[in-house]
Amino acid sequence: MNPIWNMARKEFCDGLRNRWLLAISLLFAVLAIGIAWLGAAAAGQLGFTSIPATIASLASLATFLMPLIALLLAYDAIVGEDESGTLLLLLTYPLGRGQILLGKFVGHGLILALATVLGFGCAMLAIALLVDDVDFAMLLWAFGRFMLTSALLGWCFLGLAYGLSSLCAEKSTAAGLALGVWFFFVLVFDLALLALLVLSKGQFNPQGLPWLLLLNPTDVYRLINLSGFGTGTQSVGVMALGSDLDVPPLALWACLLAWVAVPLALAYGLFRRRAA
Amino acid sequence: MMNVVEIEGVSQRYGRATVLHDLNLSLAPGEVLGLFGHNGAGKTTAMKLVLGLLRASAGEVRVFGRAPSDPHVRRWLGYLPENVTFYAQLSGVETLRHFARLKGAPMHQVDSLLDDVGLTAAAGRRVKTYSKGMRQRLGLAQALLGEPRLLLLDEPTVGLDPFATQDLYRLLDRLRAAGTSTILCSHVLPGVEAHINRAAILTQGRLLALGSLAQLRAEAGLPTLIRTCGLQRVESLQQRWSAAGHVTRRWGVEGLQVAAHNGSKVQLLRQLLAEDSPSDVEILPPSLEDIYRHYMDSAMVTAQEAAL
Repeated sequence: MNPIWNMARKEFCDGLRNRWLLAISLLFAVLAIGIAWLGAAAAGQLGFTSIPATIASLASLATFLMPLIALLLAYDAIVGEDESGTLLLLLTYPLGRGQILLGKFVGHGLILALATVLGFGCAMLAIALLVDDVDFAMLLWAFGRFMLTSALLGWCFLGLAYGLSSLCAEKSTAAGLALGVWFFFVLVFDLALLALLVLSKGQFNPQGLPWLLLLNPTDVYRLINLSGFGTGTQSVGVMALGSDLDVPPLALWACLLAWVAVPLALAYGLFRRRAA
Repeated sequence: MMNVVEIEGVSQRYGRATVLHDLNLSLAPGEVLGLFGHNGAGKTTAMKLVLGLLRASAGEVRVFGRAPSDPHVRRWLGYLPENVTFYAQLSGVETLRHFARLKGAPMHQVDSLLDDVGLTAAAGRRVKTYSKGMRQRLGLAQALLGEPRLLLLDEPTVGLDPFATQDLYRLLDRLRAAGTSTILCSHVLPGVEAHINRAAILTQGRLLALGSLAQLRAEAGLPTLIRTCGLQRVESLQQRWSAAGHVTRRWGVEGLQVAAHNGSKVQLLRQLLAEDSPSDVEILPPSLEDIYRHYMDSAMVTAQEAAL
């Protein structure tokens, strides 16, 4: 059998064994159902409002959670094996470093994808069953896209986590850096962008600024999920910049895919350089 | 026949520190080579070079005639690292199955190997609960997956009780008979002599001595000790031997110890039996430990002379 699949199998079984898969799926399901029904409570409404509003709320939630979960899942992938002494063994086995890394990626990626489908799928099912006169085609399309991009977002942060894990000599350093990465992409980046926008008072090239959004996978992710509903969704914060961004949806998808591939390739480069 | 391992003029540097100096070693098929030395002598580095985990700073390492990093080579290798550890949350049998899959070894080998190392009863338990010796035995089973043609064992007896150590040596003998080549990295341990073909003594990255035990004994020129007891005329015997230039020492009440240098052993024994009637005779050839100490001491002297 394929060595990549054998590595992936171990990671996936670990995810089942330590209940990660179960916990993430449950967390997603509870939060998604909660948001679908209570998301509009701030506006004085209770119950399901609309698909675009639900997806927008879910996307904001997943922007926080997905990277955090992916980083937690994968930050010790390399350095953890090194500290426990098993990396030394693995490297003497007939499998290359690329296969080790890719195997872990497939295993962890499968856990994330399955948890996304199980968790958010539950919410979709609940909406389909419990809400009257919901547009099924629209629901399936919006949720399908949401789940797929959520998985891609998670995979992107898996790659980043492997990079950190290959770089660090100690698990605690990798954990700290992982939190830093999360903080940067989820909180700091958008704030910095907004600050830039406000401080520059329009001096900054208005055509150029929205392109900066593509430098953050979580922004690309939200841009994809907020688009395509026609009018009626107001974007807030940095997402408002996205409306100035004149790129086709396909380009956004390509960008998100690149955000999966590039960190993974980078992690491979770092892992190759790591001393045994 | 082609040598299994060929190390030619290999030096290894970490930054400015040189941990191996111009090492030349080879391993024939079915040979067991003992690699001895203190901590930091370069044993583990030498192993890592053969495993392809390190690239030699200078010189060449070839395993089965290929580069050690070749994935084909790794299929024929079994490695037991020093202080082996495994995934704590997996059970023994799960661990072994995982590694068997990675190595492409047949699954039925897992159970028989667990039996070979005496872990069948503990196979279902998590590795976390294993003692040091049990982990070591699981590590050995792991190294034997896929019937390797070259075994690299780094301190395999650490944590094993004397019985398990004997079991390990017996297993090594069986593997040697089946044609497996082995590099056994170890501190010098009593009892290991009988199970190795050749010994290599390393200190501070340099090969001090290399050869079969008989060769090393001859080269070191260490005496065989003859101990006798129950003698009638201890004093006259001691005087005679001392006069002939042998180093003697009283041994117990009516006993005597004499150091027999190169080939004088049989002659001394003849004299002993002709002139007295000892109740017991012990003949102690220099042990690996003695040889090791001899080379270590002479290396120390050389180093001190060089420093002066």
